[in-house]
Amino acid sequence: MLAYILRRVLYAIPILIGVNLITFLLFFVVNTPDDMARMQLGTRRVTAEAIEKWKAEQGYDKPLLLNAKADGAGKLTQTIFYEKSVRLFAFDFGPAEDGRDIASEIRTRMWPSLALALPVLLVGLAVNITFAMLMAFFRATYLDFWGVVLCVAMMSISALFYIIGGQYVASKLWHLVPISGYAGGMDAGKFLVLPVLIGVIGGIGAGSRWYRTLFLEEMSRDYVRTARAKGLAESVVLFRHVLKNAMIPILTGVVVVVPLLFMGSLLTESFFGIPGLGSYTIDAIQAQDFAVVRSMVFIGSVLYILGLLLTDVSYTLVDPRIKLQ
Amino acid sequence: MPFVPFLLFTDVLLWLLIAAVVFYAWYCSRRPHLAAPWKRVFQSKAAMVCSVVLFFFVVVGVLDSLHYRARLDGGAGYSPEVVSLLDRALSHLRELRERTYSAPLATRLYAKEQMQLDGKTVSDFPRLAHGGAHLASEAERPRDIAARIGLGLLCAAFAAVVLGLLVKRLQRRRPEVPWRAAGATLLVLFAVAFPVAFLAQGYHVLGTDKVGQDVLYQALKSIRVSLIIGTLTTLVLLPLGMALGVMAGYFKGWMDDAIQYLYTTLNSIPSVLLIAAAVLMMQVVIDRNADWFATAAQRADFRLLILCAILGLTSWTGLARLLRGEALKLSQLEYIQAAHAFGVADSRILSRHILPNVAHIVIIAMVMDFSGLVLAEAVLSYVGVGVDPATTSFGTMINAARLEMGREPIVWWSLAAAFVFMFVLVLAANLFADAVRDGFDPRVRMGFVPA
Repeated sequence: MLAYILRRVLYAIPILIGVNLITFLLFFVVNTPDDMARMQLGTRRVTAEAIEKWKAEQGYDKPLLLNAKADGAGKLTQTIFYEKSVRLFAFDFGPAEDGRDIASEIRTRMWPSLALALPVLLVGLAVNITFAMLMAFFRATYLDFWGVVLCVAMMSISALFYIIGGQYVASKLWHLVPISGYAGGMDAGKFLVLPVLIGVIGGIGAGSRWYRTLFLEEMSRDYVRTARAKGLAESVVLFRHVLKNAMIPILTGVVVVVPLLFMGSLLTESFFGIPGLGSYTIDAIQAQDFAVVRSMVFIGSVLYILGLLLTDVSYTLVDPRIKLQ
Repeated sequence: MPFVPFLLFTDVLLWLLIAAVVFYAWYCSRRPHLAAPWKRVFQSKAAMVCSVVLFFFVVVGVLDSLHYRARLDGGAGYSPEVVSLLDRALSHLRELRERTYSAPLATRLYAKEQMQLDGKTVSDFPRLAHGGAHLASEAERPRDIAARIGLGLLCAAFAAVVLGLLVKRLQRRRPEVPWRAAGATLLVLFAVAFPVAFLAQGYHVLGTDKVGQDVLYQALKSIRVSLIIGTLTTLVLLPLGMALGVMAGYFKGWMDDAIQYLYTTLNSIPSVLLIAAAVLMMQVVIDRNADWFATAAQRADFRLLILCAILGLTSWTGLARLLRGEALKLSQLEYIQAAHAFGVADSRILSRHILPNVAHIVIIAMVMDFSGLVLAEAVLSYVGVGVDPATTSFGTMINAARLEMGREPIVWWSLAAAFVFMFVLVLAANLFADAVRDGFDPRVRMGFVPA
């Protein structure tokens, strides 16, 4: 087990290097730092000095890959590739365009993101499984049919409409909760109720339908027939046997997204003004702050790889038949 | 000639795609084993209803993909403005602008203005320049609207008689296809479209937006962008996903390792960020090379094309993984082993024996991806990395309307229009995709998996 995990961690290194190369290519080779400077400073009437000054401030005034002017190891380290890409491996993100330290921003912003994303995941899971169980229990009846139709209809609504509609009804029409904003500690509750609710409702369509398929697939297996043949009640078959076995694909599907919860949700956070990593990312994209986007890409891939690793480990925990070699 | 045709990049690709689909349909129709799953698809009521609805969207999108430049009035040269056949058909909606917001079917503007009336300055809601301008007095409005709706329904009723006869004939010739459901859907479409068409002659049926443009026109224009994103993306996605997935599963070894490494790496980057980064970078390229594009329409079109390419480049991984698994399974089967033993070349095994047997997965993936891509466009445009801000799309419509939610009374019509059009399009696409999956997936057919 330990050897397996170690091997997987080692396997993650080439992937992260690949991610780094892709971002490096996108950010520095497709566009030179000069282009970025012009974009930041405005395209018209920019002097060459202003561009040079901006590049020096941002640390983009070095060669891309090889610094011929430096000597020794400096030939490789005093380059944009080393300073901007390789340093990410040490989680050294450097300053954002506005001068603030990205790493400390991330540390403070990941908690509001988690406070929003974790309830959405847990409540959503409970609600979706309940609906899916109901549909599986009443399979091949009108209840099941219209349930699926409702799921497909809910899937067909853009997340934007759930958010806009929810905000309008709950905050503007009924004045139940503040329309947006955030506060730390216990006060966070009233700001989070609506976004969590909207996140859960927005996920019901796709989630319930997917779990229903899982349950029905599980119900066509031999052990279910055996259980029925023994004379067990349908509800016992469903809740004792089917649910337990279907938990394996469900849990492993959930585990992979758990680390990514820190990244937050782009849309919900920016609509509700929650100071999490999702809104940080959106602001960075809109302000074209490439240093932040680059850091978020790197963190996102680290968390995704972590999720894959956790998934494999969780397989062995919920299903004793699986042994990791 | 009174006009010169004008080809945008996406137009060309869309027409090539349509040609490919027509060719595929013709190819299938002469081969019973290829036509059989499609016949199963079109025997389901849901698929028939959805294909009628989708056909309506496709017609609008196709009309909007025939661009031309009109000859200038003076006779010398052509207008720099690129317009489509749809613009021509809706020219009264396009050209008749109000000053700012107005509610659906309204006769007056949304906001009060200072006006000179009998020498005095009064503050009132001014009459619209075009919406309801034909009315002598506003008291006639309800009657006028009712009359137009009635006229539209009358036309729909006339169409219903023709449709009924047609359905009856078709039903006799091909009883296995649910013609009645298709006819009913078409009738509902007519019952909506005719009254709207009559109303649109005199009113802004869905109101106007901030700069006074007709919302119905914007919604119809948005359809093309959605269709392009939903279909052209697959042009990039399919070849990549198919080639890499099948090769990884069939050749195994280092090829498998390399391809798996590639898609794990791409997958591990959060997709929105990857798309955002790529779009931002391409935007810089577009800005830097402004001289590539003769017109603004071309530049916006190029950005749309780039967006499709980026979406395709970032989303082929799912298909590749599916196909890799399938090719891995197939390459162990006896008939492939036999082909090996006979000394059939790898390229021939791939094209003759593997690809036809994974085709159903490709078709299912293609129709399933469509609705997701349409929804993604709205989100990406909201984030600011979607289509060009000057392009009308559902995303830009929502984005513009979102800022008006705080107004009192609320400006709801832009959002509602985008919502209804998107919902109908995506719902139809989703249900159609389900029917296609049920028709093509052998596991569903054999009863292993409930539909």
